[in-house]
Amino acid sequence: MSPRRVHAESDAVGRRDRPLRITVDGEPVDGIAGQTIAGVLLAADRLAWRRQRSGAPRGVFCGIGVCFECLVTVGDERDVRACQRRARDGDAVTTQTREPRTGHAPKPSPRRNSDASAGEGK
Amino acid sequence: MTGRHVAVVGAGPAGLAAAETALSAGARVTLIDSADQPGGQYHRMLPEAYRAVRPERPQHGWRDFDRRRRRVLAHPRCAWWPETSVWALERPDPEEPGVPRVHLLRGPADGGGRRRLTLAPDALVLAVGAHDRVLPFPGWELPGVFAAGAAQALAKGERVVVGDRVVIAGSGPFLLPVAASLLEAGSRVLEVLEAGTAATVARGWSRRPWQLAAHAAKSGELAEYAALLIRHRVPYRVGRTVVEARGDGRIEEVVTARLRPDWSVVPGSERTSPVDALCVAHGFSPRLELPVAAGCALRRTPGGEFVAVDYDQRTSCPGVYAAGEITGIAGAPAARAEGALAGWFAGGGDSAAPALRPLRRGRDRGRAFAERLAEAHPMGEAWPQWLRPETIICRCEEADYASVCRAVGNEASAGARVAKLETRAGLGPCQARVCGPTVAELGARLTGRPAQRHAEGAPTAGPHRRPIAQPIRLGELAEPEPSPEDPTAGPHPL
Repeated sequence: MSPRRVHAESDAVGRRDRPLRITVDGEPVDGIAGQTIAGVLLAADRLAWRRQRSGAPRGVFCGIGVCFECLVTVGDERDVRACQRRARDGDAVTTQTREPRTGHAPKPSPRRNSDASAGEGK
Repeated sequence: MTGRHVAVVGAGPAGLAAAETALSAGARVTLIDSADQPGGQYHRMLPEAYRAVRPERPQHGWRDFDRRRRRVLAHPRCAWWPETSVWALERPDPEEPGVPRVHLLRGPADGGGRRRLTLAPDALVLAVGAHDRVLPFPGWELPGVFAAGAAQALAKGERVVVGDRVVIAGSGPFLLPVAASLLEAGSRVLEVLEAGTAATVARGWSRRPWQLAAHAAKSGELAEYAALLIRHRVPYRVGRTVVEARGDGRIEEVVTARLRPDWSVVPGSERTSPVDALCVAHGFSPRLELPVAAGCALRRTPGGEFVAVDYDQRTSCPGVYAAGEITGIAGAPAARAEGALAGWFAGGGDSAAPALRPLRRGRDRGRAFAERLAEAHPMGEAWPQWLRPETIICRCEEADYASVCRAVGNEASAGARVAKLETRAGLGPCQARVCGPTVAELGARLTGRPAQRHAEGAPTAGPHRRPIAQPIRLGELAEPEPSPEDPTAGPHPL
């Protein structure tokens, strides 16, 4: 078994879910309104979505916005912490990699000035 | 009304209590939190969109929290700013300590279109809390290994469980509520492993039992969790921990081992068990970047560095108060008492008010409890024995144990900053929040010197120094500097 969302019918908190759908690298992924992007991905059995320089897969680690391992691109916003951002219906999520580009990998979209984070690599 | 404007950063138990008493003292309050709802990690709420009928079910002490939350947020002199992060604190004059200006970004986490705002409050209460401290071990970077707080946040805040064959390992009483959250959400917990040996834990907890009785709220809460473990037949083992996680692309099994009091492995005690998730926490790291940016002095304790505060929760920086886990890990009741004191004095409240006595008593009990915790759950000295040369220390930059040893062992590069540049440990996106204390500790051991060297006249290169506390996009920085505003001055929504 893997991460999963508690079934609404058996959940003691008495949820009244409203479905939403996002896309991850173009593939549709279903979640419910209120979930973070990390929550949607985990509940859809995706445990990892970002690659490190070595190519090692990463997903959620700290879950509270500290470790920056779950970063994704949402629309044209790079480096969004998936555990901190609530998913909106229709969000187009793109996964990120820090792996040096290989000949086969799809060319990542050019990084615009306004998208760079000033907090990194000081 | 005192007419003072108090900014409170963090709306967990400490911050919410601070906002409440600052309002009682007559101040105007801006309550800031990066989440979209108050509560912090302890009272992490379900999203409103879940429209839960019984949102209190996964919560502890919900009634009081709910009452306080409503009272504070609806108060006419309180401006509640959710989804707002402090990206910098700017001291008025580097030579003259005083209340810093608070630079904020308001909008969805890491969003591009956030609004930049600046506050110039009369007093500042920092109640930013702590996050899990996780020691490295082989395989801790595998997907499916979570900081224990992540598993709890997902279960409590999103009703997502991290797995159905879960091991919880580490040290300290926080492992119990994490187990409780997972069990409540219907997950299967295989075992809870406390690294501290029976003798150490028992010695810490049984000494001075009257303190425990005085801290009835917290002890009662822990007893409830323990009873829940028994009811679900989850074994709680002391003197045992996870020394390795294994799997192909994700965690598949853990190797656990019996530990000696110094946390060295008892040879031959290793056991392998299949799991689908592992939750680890070896205590907490206080979030010190804002206190350090404000210029607050820290105090060194056996359990790590914390913000130094006086009898009234004042930091060394005039007008800046600190409350909650950044002053010491003592749990929610102590955080509330500290927050209430900090808010009252920040708001200009009378120091002779009779209500202060029980608050101070609660705070002092909390501090005694924190000391007891540190005694009962000390970190064993020999944990680096779990490491192998290729074990990752800095998760962001994938710097391994061998390279960290090389860098800090080299006399010429023993300074924290040089070691950082050599290994890149601590230079990744998390800015050493995760590996910082570990690298500092390994460095201190390998060189036989204290973790930080303070060069004369230069700002210290301590692991908490982050001039930019939260990532800000260059586009947001390029916007014209906003003039300071007082959100509580005029009419506002809520």
